Amino acid sequence: MKLARTILAGVAVALGLAGAAAAEEKLKVGYIYVGPVGDFGWTHEHDIGRRQVEAELGDKVETSYVESVPEGADAERVLTQMALSGHKLIFATSFGYMDAVLNVAKKFPNVKFEHATGFKRAPNVSTYSARFYEGRAVIGHIAGRMTKTNKIGYIASFPIPEVIRGINSAYIHAKKANPDVEFKIVWVYTWFDPAKEADAAKALIEQGVDVIMQHTDSTAAMTVAEKAGIYAFGQASDMREFGPNAQLTAIIDNWGPYYVRRAKAVMDGTWKSTDTWEGIGDGMVVIAPYSDKVPAEVQAEADALKNAIADGSYHPFTGPLNKQDGTPWLAEGEVADDGTLAGMNFYVEGLEGAIPQ
Amino acid sequence: MLHLEPRTEPSRRWSVIAPPLAVALTMLAGGALFAALGKNPIEAIRIIFWDPLFSDQFAAYARPQILVKAGPLVLIALGLSLGFRAGVWNIGAEGQYIMGAIAGAAVGLAFYPAEHWAIFPLMILAGGLAGWAWAMIPALLKVRFNTNEILVSLMLVYVAEQLLASMALGALRNPEGGGFPGSRNLQQYPAASNPELIPGTGAHWGVVLALVAVVATHVLLSRHKTGFHIRVAGQSERAARFAGVVPARLVVFCLGVSGALAGLAGLFEVTGPAGQISIDFNVGYGFTAIIVAFLGRLHPIGILLAGLLMALTYIGGELAQLMLGLPAAAISAFQGMLLFFLLAVDVMTNFRIRIRKGRG
Repeated sequence: MKLARTILAGVAVALGLAGAAAAEEKLKVGYIYVGPVGDFGWTHEHDIGRRQVEAELGDKVETSYVESVPEGADAERVLTQMALSGHKLIFATSFGYMDAVLNVAKKFPNVKFEHATGFKRAPNVSTYSARFYEGRAVIGHIAGRMTKTNKIGYIASFPIPEVIRGINSAYIHAKKANPDVEFKIVWVYTWFDPAKEADAAKALIEQGVDVIMQHTDSTAAMTVAEKAGIYAFGQASDMREFGPNAQLTAIIDNWGPYYVRRAKAVMDGTWKSTDTWEGIGDGMVVIAPYSDKVPAEVQAEADALKNAIADGSYHPFTGPLNKQDGTPWLAEGEVADDGTLAGMNFYVEGLEGAIPQ
Repeated sequence: MLHLEPRTEPSRRWSVIAPPLAVALTMLAGGALFAALGKNPIEAIRIIFWDPLFSDQFAAYARPQILVKAGPLVLIALGLSLGFRAGVWNIGAEGQYIMGAIAGAAVGLAFYPAEHWAIFPLMILAGGLAGWAWAMIPALLKVRFNTNEILVSLMLVYVAEQLLASMALGALRNPEGGGFPGSRNLQQYPAASNPELIPGTGAHWGVVLALVAVVATHVLLSRHKTGFHIRVAGQSERAARFAGVVPARLVVFCLGVSGALAGLAGLFEVTGPAGQISIDFNVGYGFTAIIVAFLGRLHPIGILLAGLLMALTYIGGELAQLMLGLPAAAISAFQGMLLFFLLAVDVMTNFRIRIRKGRG
């Protein structure tokens, strides 16, 4: 009953809009963000992607966004309001929006939804993500080479596969570059909370860490690192402005081309539900220019690693690799399959501590 | 020199016109803010206050959503208002809300996938009890050791948040969820779900309870001896003692009721609109309810109206972001203005402005 009524309302709205906008037929594209566009990290980069859609498709599209939407009931409401207001393509850019996207997608079969980093799809719901772990391999290598205390700090958000994958990839490559390296991991249970992220960075520095990596969205840790005179890596965006001396490089999420491609697909009717997972090779993951603090030799090694990953000749998860408890995972030369990576819930051998349960 | 002079008696006229005047001032100042951001202020205010209620495009969906959003706010604020009147400051409703949700969901999930009519009532009981028990910690510490309930209740919010994360990752994690955090979705488990009671109204059991609680607290405050004690205790400690108020009993009562109501709000939220225990389950209802309690001047009917108004600004605010591209921070500032002007105008109820010459 409610469903029927909502659909009717949606149809009524669609008809009304169709009448008004028949002449121009603009595609309305909506974005729902978990943080503010000014986080200069994750959400910032999605918003750059949104603006790229506007820049490239010009007056054929109209985009809008709602920022800082909590995951859960609020997300469902915002998504519904987007669909009701005539948006035909909606990007939900946080993992926790998953169930909300599927619920709303069921009520609006004519609206296309795209869920970042999720794994549940429907005929009108696609998922997309980037192989951030490829970037993690490169910065892991640099971190291993740059640390003097042999302690690398890692600010982790939530113990979901995406984050665990990043830790593993960074650790494997830091360890290869420097066998004495040790990882200190702090879980902050948030994507965006500058105060908590800064506290975590300070706690790590007190433990003797001199390079910090993060899987959270703000620039707080970068700022702390700059003040403490240690190194850090930009997350999602180039954060050099916030740590001109601290930032060694950054993993930049480059969503623009994907967003433009999907908007075009909706316009020419070729949009299909897909699962996209692209990395350095496809340009979805970009390594920012190195700081001049990184010696030329290390830059060359990092470039070699990056290029090998890009052309497919090297996979960051290549055996021999054991799980944390010592059980074998990948044999010599064996490469992890995407299924295992997508659901990764274990540390590789050498990492200390347990994944929070 | 401008100078505030206490009134001998609160002004009746000011206490009536203060809330609408505050809303009007907020619209003016907020309009100026929106204009400074380059948006049409009249359109922005129309989208925030009018469209969710009356526009053809959004009202059918937004109206019930206002109830969904206001339900937990009103329920929690009512409980808090009792304590606030008596000078018992429960700042940790957010934690009690989380504990109610965890306990309620845990009871429901323990029976999964059994279907029995008694499961949901048991969950309600567990939710209320857990909220009550969480509030008993600051209550008993205050009664026994004279600790500050503001600090203890607030700190327990962070403890509850950690517990929530651990539940979402561990004990309550959906075994069929592919290792991802978060419990089973209770919306998909009929015996434990809290659906919309009448389709299209948004009203679930939590909204119904909020309305019942409005009446109950009103009766309590105006007709019952405990209500009298609460009012006296807030006005004068000495008078309260003469009236036979036992402060310890009042602390336990006020914290207990507000904890139980917050726990119930959490339970109805997790079984209804939110659907599952997740790491980010709590979105600040427990803190926003403090604003709602004061916006409603600690009066049950006032709280009901304030909760609805607050919910309206949330939903209208989202629409304004969507339709006009207003930043979320502008909406938060707008909500802050509302509280600011209300408190500012409220001063006029108890004080009058005098202009005095010479020495200040």
